[in-house]
Amino acid sequence: MKSPVTFRLNGSETAVFVDSGANLLDVLRRGCGDLSPKYGCGQGSCGACTVLIGGEPHVSCLVLAETVAGRSVETTGGLSNGPDLHPLQRAFIEGFAAQCGYCTPGMLMSAKALLDRNPSPTRSEVEEAISGNLCRCTGYEPIIDAILEAAKQRGAA
Amino acid sequence: MNAEYRKDLFADERSDDFDIIGKPVIRQDILGHVTGRSKFYDDHAFDGLLHMRCVRSPHHHARIRSVDSSAAERQGGVVRVLGGRDVPVNTNTLLSLINFGRDDEPLLATDKVGYVGQPILAVVATSVRAAQEAVDAVKVDYEELPHVLDVEEALKPEAPIVNEEYPNNSFDYFDTYDHQKLRFGDVETAFSKADHIVEGEYQMSPIEQAPIETCGAIAAPETNDRITVHTSTQALFFSVGVTAKQLDVSSARLHFIGGTVGGGFGGKVDSHHEPLAALACLATGKPVKYMWDRAEEMQVGGPRGGERWRIKDGVMRDGRIIARAFTGFFDAGAYTRLSSYAVQKSTGHLPGPYSIPNVASNVYCVFTNRTPSTAMRGFGITAVDFAIERHMDKVARAVGMDPIELRILNAYRDGDMKAHRREAKNCALIESCQAVAQKTGWRLSADAARASSKSGGGVGALGVIPETVTDDEGRIGERRRSGLAPEPFSGQGTRGLLPEGHSSNNSSAFGNAPQREDMEAEIERLGFIGAAGVPPTPQGPMDETASSARPIAPSETAHTTHPAGARGGPSLPAAYTQRPASTINQPFAQPPAQAPGTPAAQQPAAAEAESESATTHFQRGVRRPGVSRFISGSRRR
Amino acid sequence: MLEVQTYPTVGEAASAMDDQARFLGGGTLIMNRVNYGDRRFNRIVRTTDASLSEIRVEGDRLEVGAGVTMAAILASRDLDFLSPAARAVGGPAIRNMASVGGNLMAPHPYGDLAVALLALDAVVRMVSGEELSLEDFLARRNGVVRSLLIRRPRGDEFRFRKVSRVKPKGVSVMSMAARLTRSAGRLSGVRVAYGAMASTPVRVRAVESALEGVSLDHAGITAALSAATEGLDPPDDPIASGWYRREVAPVHLRRLLLGEDAR
Repeated sequence: MKSPVTFRLNGSETAVFVDSGANLLDVLRRGCGDLSPKYGCGQGSCGACTVLIGGEPHVSCLVLAETVAGRSVETTGGLSNGPDLHPLQRAFIEGFAAQCGYCTPGMLMSAKALLDRNPSPTRSEVEEAISGNLCRCTGYEPIIDAILEAAKQRGAA
Repeated sequence: MNAEYRKDLFADERSDDFDIIGKPVIRQDILGHVTGRSKFYDDHAFDGLLHMRCVRSPHHHARIRSVDSSAAERQGGVVRVLGGRDVPVNTNTLLSLINFGRDDEPLLATDKVGYVGQPILAVVATSVRAAQEAVDAVKVDYEELPHVLDVEEALKPEAPIVNEEYPNNSFDYFDTYDHQKLRFGDVETAFSKADHIVEGEYQMSPIEQAPIETCGAIAAPETNDRITVHTSTQALFFSVGVTAKQLDVSSARLHFIGGTVGGGFGGKVDSHHEPLAALACLATGKPVKYMWDRAEEMQVGGPRGGERWRIKDGVMRDGRIIARAFTGFFDAGAYTRLSSYAVQKSTGHLPGPYSIPNVASNVYCVFTNRTPSTAMRGFGITAVDFAIERHMDKVARAVGMDPIELRILNAYRDGDMKAHRREAKNCALIESCQAVAQKTGWRLSADAARASSKSGGGVGALGVIPETVTDDEGRIGERRRSGLAPEPFSGQGTRGLLPEGHSSNNSSAFGNAPQREDMEAEIERLGFIGAAGVPPTPQGPMDETASSARPIAPSETAHTTHPAGARGGPSLPAAYTQRPASTINQPFAQPPAQAPGTPAAQQPAAAEAESESATTHFQRGVRRPGVSRFISGSRRR
Repeated sequence: MLEVQTYPTVGEAASAMDDQARFLGGGTLIMNRVNYGDRRFNRIVRTTDASLSEIRVEGDRLEVGAGVTMAAILASRDLDFLSPAARAVGGPAIRNMASVGGNLMAPHPYGDLAVALLALDAVVRMVSGEELSLEDFLARRNGVVRSLLIRRPRGDEFRFRKVSRVKPKGVSVMSMAARLTRSAGRLSGVRVAYGAMASTPVRVRAVESALEGVSLDHAGITAALSAATEGLDPPDDPIASGWYRREVAPVHLRRLLLGEDAR
C-alpha cells in the first residue's frame, strides 16, 4: 500500500508516494531521485545514509519514511548553492578528505549538523560528531582536518 | 601532510626535480564525491527494476538432495527463480581467464554446498521484500556432510573432500605437487652448522574488506541486443570475461560500466554479481539488481584468507641467518578464486628482505569449508611479512642482539642474490632501519650506523645462486595417502641437485624471448629436477598449467638472446625445450561436465587450436573445453 | 506485506499490539529488522503521542518517557547523571533516534543505557499502568512501556563505564554501571549491573553482596573482583569471546569502582 508524504527536501516542498514500511533512504533515492545518501548497511552502523531532519543528523535507512511528513530534510544533494560550494565541500576537496567518495555525503551531513550548532568545534568534538560515520579509505584524519578547516574558513568569512 | 623527503639518500640514483610529489593535487573525481553526484553502480535508475536474493546454504558442507522452489515461484511479485541448471557454464574459476587453475566453483550450487552462505538459487522479484519472502519459501533438503575448517586438518588423510575438483584439499601446482616449492641452497646442511635454531609459528585470521558500498550489479537490456551492466567491480575486465564465459555470450553483447567503486580493497574482484544479474536480465528481459546487504557482505563476501606460517631459522652466534625454511598454509576456503596466485606471490616474497644463502619453502593453497577467500590489499604478502618480522625479533632475542641491528646485518644489499634467483637492486632496508633508529632515538652501533645498501652486496656466497638441493616430496595425492608432514624435506623423497650458478639469465627453457628480462620464466621453479637433470613427466593429462606455459618450440632469436649454458649451467633437457605443439594443445581427456542444454561450443575451438602454430607469439582466446569461445582478446600465452 | 498503523495515543497503540506487530519507537531496532526482511511480524504500530517524550521531575524522583531519545537525555540537566550512558549509545544520528524504551528491548550486545537504569533500580511503568522493576521487565521484555521511574543518585555514587574497541563509538565488549551507596563510610545496598555479559543487561548479585559493608578501596573490593563474573556465562560474539569478557571483567570492574583511568 502506498501513502502520500509531504515534506521539505533541501528547501523545496516535496510530495511523494511511499510504500508501507519504506525507509527514508529508499524514498529519497528512488522516490525523489536524490541519490546523494548511500546505502551501506541498512542497520545504522555506517552512517553513509546520514541526512538532516529538522537540522539534526539521522540515519535515513532507519527512518520510517512517513515519519518525516511536514518536516525539513537536508541532504548533500542540496548542500551547495548552485555552483557555490559549501565551505565543507571546498575543504573536503582541498584537504583530500574523500577517496572512494561513498561515505562522503553522510560525512558532510554529520559535519554540517555540527558546524551549524557549534561554529568552532574542537578536534575531539569533530571526532565525536562523525563517530557514527564509517570511512574505510582515509583513516579519518584528512576528514577531521577538513571539517576544522571549514569551520575556520566559515569563521573568517 | 607531514611527509619528509630524505633527499640525501640515494641522491645519485634519481633526479630531484619532482613536479608532482610533495605538491597537493586535486582529485579529478572529488567534485562529484562532495556534491553526492558521483554515479556508483546503484545510482542508476531503471523503470521496472527487479531485485534478486539468493537461497543460501545454512551448512558448512552438505549434499543437496533436492530443491523445491514451486511454492516460491507461485508467490506474489516473484518473476523467476534461477538455479545452476539455468547457467550455461555454471562452473568457473576466476583465473581461468589467464589459464591458471581448473574450474571449480559453481555460480549456483547444484549437487553440494561447501560453505555457509553459498548460493543455491537466485530469486528475481519485483521488490526486495517479495524476493526475501520467496527465498524463505524454498525448501532445500540437505544431507549434512562432515566439514573441515582448519588448514592442517584439511590436509590429513581422514579429512572430508571439500572441493571435488581438488580431492586432496590442496591446489595442484604444475600438475605435480600439492604445494608451491621454493628451493635455494641446502637448508638441511646449513641447519646442522648453525649455532642456534629458532622456530616460530604465526597465524593471521581472515579479514573482511568491509567496503562501505556493498558489492552489487544492475543488468539492464539495451535495445540493440546488448546488456548494460553497472557494477561495483574492481576488475571490470575479469567481470566481462567471467560473464561472457558463464553466460556463453559474446563479450561484444556486454556493455559494462564501472570504475566508480565505493571502496573495494580487493573484495570486489570475484565477479559473481555480474553474471547472475546479467543471467536474470536475459531470462526476464528486465533490468535486474543483485546487491548484497551488509550481512551478506560480511558472511559471504570473500575475505582475505587466513594464513598460518611456520619459520625455522639457522642462525650463527653473530646474528647471521644462514638458513630459513618456511611452511605456509593459505586458507582458500571452499574454492580457489585467487588463493592459488596468492601462494605464488608469497613464495616470490620469501625469505623477506634478507640475504639468506639457504632457503626452502613449502606453501599450500588449502581448501576448507570456510567462505572462499580472495584479494585484499597485499594478500599473499601481509601475513608472511608479519610472520617474518615477528620472527626476526625472536631471532634477535635468541642471539641477544639488537633487533634493528639484526635486520641491518642480514638486509639485502645491492648485488645480493635473492632466493628466487634475481639480483637485488635498489635496496633500501638498511637506510630505512637507520632512519627509524634516528627518528626514535634508538642507538645503533657504529658499524650498523655506517652500513649501506650500496656496499658489501654480492660478495662471495651471497652473490651467486648456490648449489641447490631439490626433492620430489609432496606429489599430488601423496600427503593424503600417507600423512606426509608438510615441512620442506620432511620425508624420504628423492633428492636432486641443481648445480651452482644456474642462473635464470642463461635459461632458454621456453624458447621465446620474454618481452622484458624480468619476465623470464625459470625452469627450476616448475619443481623437481632429478639428479640427472631430467624433470618428471607430469602426471595425467595435460591441463591448463602446461598449456598456459609459453609456446615452447625455441626460436633462433631466443637462443641468440639467451645462450644456454653461458655461465656454465647445464644445457636444458630436451623435454622442456622441444615439447611438441600437439602435446601442448592436447585437450582434456575428459572434458568437465556441462550444464544440460549448453551449446557444444568448445569443439571447434579446440580443433582450431591444434592446427595453430605453437610458435605464434600471440594467440587468441582460450582453448580449453568448458571455456567459452567468447572470452575475448588476444594475449600473450 | 508490511502494514504501518499510526495512533494518536499510546494507549490506542498498545491495544493494537499482538505477536504479529512491533511497536516502533525511534526505529533503530525495528527498521533494521524491516530492512533485513524479518518475516516474524507484518505490522508496525506507532504513535504520535507527545507525552511519551516528556521528562517529569519531582524532587529526586524522575519520570522519563519511553520515547525520550538519547539526544534528549544529553540535553537535559535533570538527567545529567545518565549522560555517560546515553553518550555511549551509537553516534549522534543514532542518538537523535534511539529511545529509552527501545534501549530496554535492544538485543545483545546493545542496551548500554538499560545497564545504567538497572543499577539505578529503575521502575518500568507500562502503558497499562502496571509497574515493575526493570530487572523483571528484562526477564520478559514484552508490552508497551510508557515511562521509567528513576531516583536521582546522590553525589558521585553513580558510575558507568563502557568498554569498546573502537572509540569514540564502538559496540560494547561490556558495559558496567554501579550505584555505590554508603552507610557510615562503608558500602551498603550497592547495585552493580553489566551489559553484553549475558543475553540481557543483568544485575550482578555476587558482586553486590561482596561489596556489602566494605570500604571503597583496593583492599575492600578484592572479594568483589574475584566474584566479578560469578554466575555469568558471557556470550561469544564478533566483538569478543566469552572467555575474553570473563578475563577482563575484573579489571574493568576495578576501574569502575575506584574511578580509575576513564580512558
